[in-house]
Amino acid sequence: MTTLTSALYHAAFYADMVLTVGSACVVAFSKNIVRSAFSLLLTFVGVAGLYGFLEADFLVATQLLIYVGGILVLLLFAVMLTHRISNIKASNETSFSALAALAATGIFLVLVEVGTKTHWDVKGGPLGESTRPIGLLLMGDYLLPFEVAAMILLAALIGAAYLARNAIRK
Amino acid sequence: MSLLDAYPLQHYLLVSAALFALGIFTLVARKNAVAMLMGVELILNSANLNFVAFSRYTVGNFSGHLFAIFVILLAAAEAAVALGIVIGIFQNYGDVDADALDGLKG
Repeated sequence: MTTLTSALYHAAFYADMVLTVGSACVVAFSKNIVRSAFSLLLTFVGVAGLYGFLEADFLVATQLLIYVGGILVLLLFAVMLTHRISNIKASNETSFSALAALAATGIFLVLVEVGTKTHWDVKGGPLGESTRPIGLLLMGDYLLPFEVAAMILLAALIGAAYLARNAIRK
Repeated sequence: MSLLDAYPLQHYLLVSAALFALGIFTLVARKNAVAMLMGVELILNSANLNFVAFSRYTVGNFSGHLFAIFVILLAAAEAAVALGIVIGIFQNYGDVDADALDGLKG
């Protein structure tokens, strides 16, 4: 491994960390809800990149397909459908933001303290290619959750369509 | 030390803690119901990142990946139902501001 490749790898990792946290900050603090929604896209992509650094190749694809391709599009639909374009500048007000910032900072400090002070039993060693073992586990040990998840998705689809249809008919 | 072991677990925990705190802030402080949902998504992403990081570094098998997949699935179901509810609320109240939604009988 040359030093250049290594330096690029490190730069990519830290850039990804900054991208993830920075765009999450925009989601949390932006005055414009459309900007919040679009920087949530960057947060999801950044988390997908971190999955890549953790060698979770299947989860990278899942994150991009479901979060970026599905959930984010749903959120954008929700933003666009429930929005008055006239007041787009002040569309994302906050209330109790001092108390919320205090609580969030407290939680952050506790989590960082626990995460850095605890001695984690790190075993190391990459897990290797993940798609095949995940498929085998879904058809084996995790078969019941897999089937329940299918039922939940079906119920959510029908429920969401029913709720939205009633609302639009009015 | 191989290249892939270069990053300690704490880096991921740090990013995850930041995402969780920002998600809590968004969930508590925002008035817009859709923005609150974005906070929930941030929190779910931070939990997923922890699951995958611990799966890679301390557990040594794929159980964390499976949990992350099921969390992603529930997030998708939640987003779909929440979109339906938010649209319904908007039709009834003409607003999705959480402060405006104070009537029990729409």
